[in-house]
Amino acid sequence: MAQAIIQVQGVSKSYWRDSFEVPVLKDISIDVQDGEFLCLMGPSGSGKTTLLNLIAGIDRPGMGKILVGGTDIGSLSETALAKWRSQHVGFVFQFYNLLPVLTAFENVELPLLLTPLSKAERRKHVELALDVVGLSDRVHHYPKQLSGGQEQRVAIARAIVTDPTLLVADEPTGDLDKHSAEEIMILLERLNKEFKKTIVMVTHDPRAAEKATVTHHLDKGELS
Amino acid sequence: MRIFKLIYKNALRHKLRTALTVLGMAIAVMAFGVLRTVVDMYYAGIDATAVNRLITRQAVSYIFTLPYSYRDQIAKVPGVETVSFANWFGGTYIDKKNFFARMGVDAETIFDVYPEYVLPPKEYETFKSERNACVVGSELAKQYRFKIGDIISMDGDIYPGPWSFVVRGIYYPRDKVTDATQMFFHWQYIDERMKQDMPGRTGQVGWYIIKIKDPSQAAAISEQVDALFKNSSNETKTETERAFTQGFINGFSSLLNAMNAVSFIIIGIIMLVLGNTMIMSARERTREYAVLKTLGFSGGHLFGLIFGESMLISAFGAVAGLLITYPFVAGIEAKMPKGFFPYFFITPQTVILAGAAALTIGVLASIFPLQRALRMKIVDGLRFIG
Ligand SMILES: Nc1ncnc2c1ncn2[C@@H]1O[C@H](COP(=O)(O)OP(=O)(O)O)[C@@H](O)[C@H]1O
Ligand SMILES: [Mg+2]
Repeated sequence: MAQAIIQVQGVSKSYWRDSFEVPVLKDISIDVQDGEFLCLMGPSGSGKTTLLNLIAGIDRPGMGKILVGGTDIGSLSETALAKWRSQHVGFVFQFYNLLPVLTAFENVELPLLLTPLSKAERRKHVELALDVVGLSDRVHHYPKQLSGGQEQRVAIARAIVTDPTLLVADEPTGDLDKHSAEEIMILLERLNKEFKKTIVMVTHDPRAAEKATVTHHLDKGELS
Repeated sequence: MRIFKLIYKNALRHKLRTALTVLGMAIAVMAFGVLRTVVDMYYAGIDATAVNRLITRQAVSYIFTLPYSYRDQIAKVPGVETVSFANWFGGTYIDKKNFFARMGVDAETIFDVYPEYVLPPKEYETFKSERNACVVGSELAKQYRFKIGDIISMDGDIYPGPWSFVVRGIYYPRDKVTDATQMFFHWQYIDERMKQDMPGRTGQVGWYIIKIKDPSQAAAISEQVDALFKNSSNETKTETERAFTQGFINGFSSLLNAMNAVSFIIIGIIMLVLGNTMIMSARERTREYAVLKTLGFSGGHLFGLIFGESMLISAFGAVAGLLITYPFVAGIEAKMPKGFFPYFFITPQTVILAGAAALTIGVLASIFPLQRALRMKIVDGLRFIG
């Protein structure tokens, strides 16, 4: 078997609340293979988001190591880590997190502003990404002019526009009706199958989890 | 990098809030500008003074006059170049509210001791040669449409009766602070009438104006002049024109200090207004800043966004404020009796000070939001519920 694209090795993490240490993740180890669609499930407060954030490089483990594509992301400086994220990770959040003052086009373009691409090249990439998520006709709409499902599709376009190594999605259907949720899951499945994206997704929703190729359960900070 | 577009869109996100902030800043900048202008107006009088002129007045009060005979005695003091004199006339021109300075002066010397009142030589000659001639300042001429050859009739009060003067000259201000709103006529013309009507009041001048050769001798000459009349029934007080004007302004010093202080308190208040707007915005956008950081945007980018927005709003406020200050000051000036404060204008210093204050406010108002946004950890920002 090829080397796993994500290697989580003995990771623990606690938060401090006042002077109490609250352990959130306890000695977690997982490998994610290239092209895998991994689903993390578990009750609320079990540490799913925390684990996802560690894999995506927006938080740092207290103990253990995380390697993504061979890079020990814990050893990177803040600046290097920010650059690494912009090149390797696409983010999809439960509440879409689009900038309300920017149009769909501008929101998707945002990550490309950090690349050396020309305006024309950026336009090509943004249009392609919006086409993939089926929103070519909503390019100049603002987030508040879109439905929740459409907003999430814009967010997915923003996540894939830089062609990252890895997509992370934290409860991407958590705020959507059944129909929209189904559309988003079909889209993610397609990104995984057709575009060979490695995806790590956190969800509560068993129907969403069905689309994943692998499912792990987290309970009180431990894999079960 | 098109971060400017985002700054602009962010600034206009809450149009009403931004508009109110800009308006608040504009009004404050205007209030600052107007207060500074009023304060400057008083001090401009000092700038307009010359260092080589002394003023000799009655030691007890301005309202008492001095004998005309002092003139020759003063002229003999070493270091004195020219002695001139003037007398307050008062009077009413058509209506009480038409206020401007009217003075009986020594026609032979007055324009020598006041070279900043520029009078064409030919007009000066005519003025000197006609007893009932007068010279008016160009501002005054403009306001009342006085032309050469016009007759100005007035009702006297200090010097009772009807008076008329023929305009024989219009003087122009040499400097921006020069007062061009005065009217001068012959002291002798007044004095001759007094000889007939009220003989007891002849030979009296209001104050002497002494032009000296060497400004560094001002103190010594003043002392010598005052020594001449020591123990007479009309003791004198001689001081430089600057000290004289300063003394006049000192009467208002607490008011001026208060206005000065208020103008800076206003700056403090605008800072709080803009600071509040920026803090509210930054708080609401906590999640967005976290998202931007997640996408790989650096502290420098966030700095540009927040600082840029603060500067944009404060710049708008400053420009709008200055734009409304000009018509406002012009409006006050139009309402004010012309002769009271001839130097009412917005100085470049006031504009620069207001601009600098607005920039400083922009900088200070962004400090707290910046600190918050830059320190925030992404995971905390994403969990933030506004
Ligand atoms: N930034 C944080 N600061 C303090 N406590 C946190 C933070 N993030 C998560 N926690 C705590 O860690 C635990 C796990 O949170 P999380 O990973 O968000 O769980 P899940 O996503 O499974 O619901 C919860 O008890 C939560 O309150
Ligand atoms: Mg969660």
